[in-house]
Amino acid sequence: MSTALHNLVNQPYKHGFVTDIETEAVPKGLSEDVIRMISKKKNEPEWLLDFRLSAYRHWLTLEEPTWANVSYPKIDFQEIIYFSQPKPKKQLASMDEVDPELRRTFEKLGVPLHEQKLMSGVAVDVIFDSVSVTTTYKAKLAEIGIIFCSFSEAVHEHPELVKQYLGSVVPTGDNFYAALNSAVFTDGSFCFIPKGTKCPMDLSTYFRINTEGSGQFERTLIIAEEGSSVCYLEGCTAPQFDTNQLHAAVVELVALDNADIKYSTVQNWYAGDENGKGGIYNFVTKRGLCKGVNSKISWTQVETGSAITWKYPSCVLLGDNSTGEFYSVALTNHMQQADTGTKMIHVGKNTRSKIISKGISAGRSSNCYRGQVKVGARATGARNYSQCDSMLIGDRCEASTFPTIDVQNTSAQVEHEASTSKIGEDQMFFFAQRGIGSEEAISMIINGFCKDVFVHLPMEFAVEATKLLGLKLEGSVG
Amino acid sequence: MINKGSKVLLEVKNLKAEVAGVEILKGVNLTVRAGEVHAIMGINGSGKSTFSKVLAGHPDYTVTGGSATFEGKELFNLEPEERARAGLFLAFQYPVEIPGVSNSALLRLAYNTLQTERGLEELDPLEFDDLVQEKIKVVEMDPSFLGRSVNEGFSGGEKKRNEILQMAVLEPKLAILDETDSGLDIDALRIVANGVNTLLSPDNAVVMVTHYQRLLNYIVPDYVHVMDGGRIVRTGGKELALELEARGYDWLRAAA
Repeated sequence: MSTALHNLVNQPYKHGFVTDIETEAVPKGLSEDVIRMISKKKNEPEWLLDFRLSAYRHWLTLEEPTWANVSYPKIDFQEIIYFSQPKPKKQLASMDEVDPELRRTFEKLGVPLHEQKLMSGVAVDVIFDSVSVTTTYKAKLAEIGIIFCSFSEAVHEHPELVKQYLGSVVPTGDNFYAALNSAVFTDGSFCFIPKGTKCPMDLSTYFRINTEGSGQFERTLIIAEEGSSVCYLEGCTAPQFDTNQLHAAVVELVALDNADIKYSTVQNWYAGDENGKGGIYNFVTKRGLCKGVNSKISWTQVETGSAITWKYPSCVLLGDNSTGEFYSVALTNHMQQADTGTKMIHVGKNTRSKIISKGISAGRSSNCYRGQVKVGARATGARNYSQCDSMLIGDRCEASTFPTIDVQNTSAQVEHEASTSKIGEDQMFFFAQRGIGSEEAISMIINGFCKDVFVHLPMEFAVEATKLLGLKLEGSVG
Repeated sequence: MINKGSKVLLEVKNLKAEVAGVEILKGVNLTVRAGEVHAIMGINGSGKSTFSKVLAGHPDYTVTGGSATFEGKELFNLEPEERARAGLFLAFQYPVEIPGVSNSALLRLAYNTLQTERGLEELDPLEFDDLVQEKIKVVEMDPSFLGRSVNEGFSGGEKKRNEILQMAVLEPKLAILDETDSGLDIDALRIVANGVNTLLSPDNAVVMVTHYQRLLNYIVPDYVHVMDGGRIVRTGGKELALELEARGYDWLRAAA
């Protein structure tokens, strides 16, 4: 791989700073005592402690999954700090009470916490290490019955909703990391859109891991009642450490009759250095349940960070005529490994799903699409369309596709298309010969390649994603 | 059109170059003035294509000796994109496909990059469309090609016409056509040649690299050079090409 291409993929990570802020953490390691401690610190009701403990006991019986196309040294779960929060912990009455150091952190990251400064009209929940720092526009949303708050707050303010839906899409025993999350999750976002309400602004959560050696285990729960709709955005960054940090989140979405949830992620966790030292292990379970008829859940993700990504945002299409969508761009560079994709489980009649996956591999990275389309016996008239495209930059990276199609109903229509292309020296020379420099050339190629996904991102996210991919690829082609 | 008084565009002196440690060009001399049409002929492996790639700055080739100037500037001090912006154009022998990038987007970016370089206004998509719709007539291409990904799914002939379309939009001072005629049927050859002839002016020049005389029936050269073993071994007028057609290359190689 020549230098222009090389230089282009190798931009330094600009979110890699550490905020010097006092934190309060429980001792590292995991046990029932630690879980009780977390639960007590959060002043949780008994039923939630029971939920955690039963998840923990189940987790102890599970084996770490090894089927993904990724390799890493065995994680010592006793070396992880399971709870870390900025000190002092007190109820914040307004945004102005946020620690100035913390506020500067988020300003540096381009996340303004001042409602006045929020130009785009996006409500933001900010999670720093394990704790939700602030939620903007909360009062305004509450006027129309929308609940948007931290998960911990929801546990206290709306226990009946949390109790009803927590674990209803991703059960505690679903998989190794979901069980771990269920045992130790610390905070996250909670969002409830009542019947017939169209959420007037985009809701957004911004995640930041700060403390070295701490894990982040957040839990997001979004419920869209009958005929409601919401657009939710999620962004993530972390400082640069030489050690690996574990991020094992669970996201559950529930869409009732005629409800519509659109969930977008731009994931830029620290990816490790070019030799693969440090970086986030991103082992995440995201699943949406289209519970009602005509409901729709749409996942859009731009995955650029993390040393290892293990993530399959999925849809269970239970309601008749419900729709699931998955639009993904996954970019890996240097030594990054991504094993990501989706599952579309068709249960109801005339259910529809669409999968558009774009994988870009550069450096010595490995990028793998893994998908499952399952059409159950009752899902008459189900349809799926899948398209999986891979792009290789340079000649030391790897792309693979593992689609699984399981159809038990003869009336189903399932289509799968796949392609692989390569940005090589010849293309770069062609652009150069037409007077176009390598950075512009790469960005043009990448944007062309990803446009089917980018059109599904909210405007400001699309701009950010385009820039991010350009930065990430700086130096990789040429 | 030979005019000894016109401006020298390209001056190559004793150029030596290698690829993967093997010397391919062993001392090439060539002077191209504005208004001239040159043809470089020769058998496979004589160094014709290498010569055009070295001038354009392909990263696989290393210049090991000699010099080249483009309008007086040291060509080899310029990056490939700087050479292009200076007005050096290479029509590729094997045009690459660029999935996901539309022809019109590529053309507009390339055009606007040049406009900026020349201190002129960039064109917005609508203005540019007016321009490109005119240019596309030169190569008799259907406007639907503008919306398609660069060269993706194009036939061999369509790819070559697309190269000439890029040349028409960018209006280079010196265009090097690297075997643009190979793989073309007679109709496509006529269209491509027509396109090139339309673009010729007293201010620019064309260097055609070709195996065959037949292209030269359509684009009449002022000079024909024969390349062999990495050198230009004979230079003549257009009649030299006819002689080559009749006698082959062996008599020249023996003489050299």
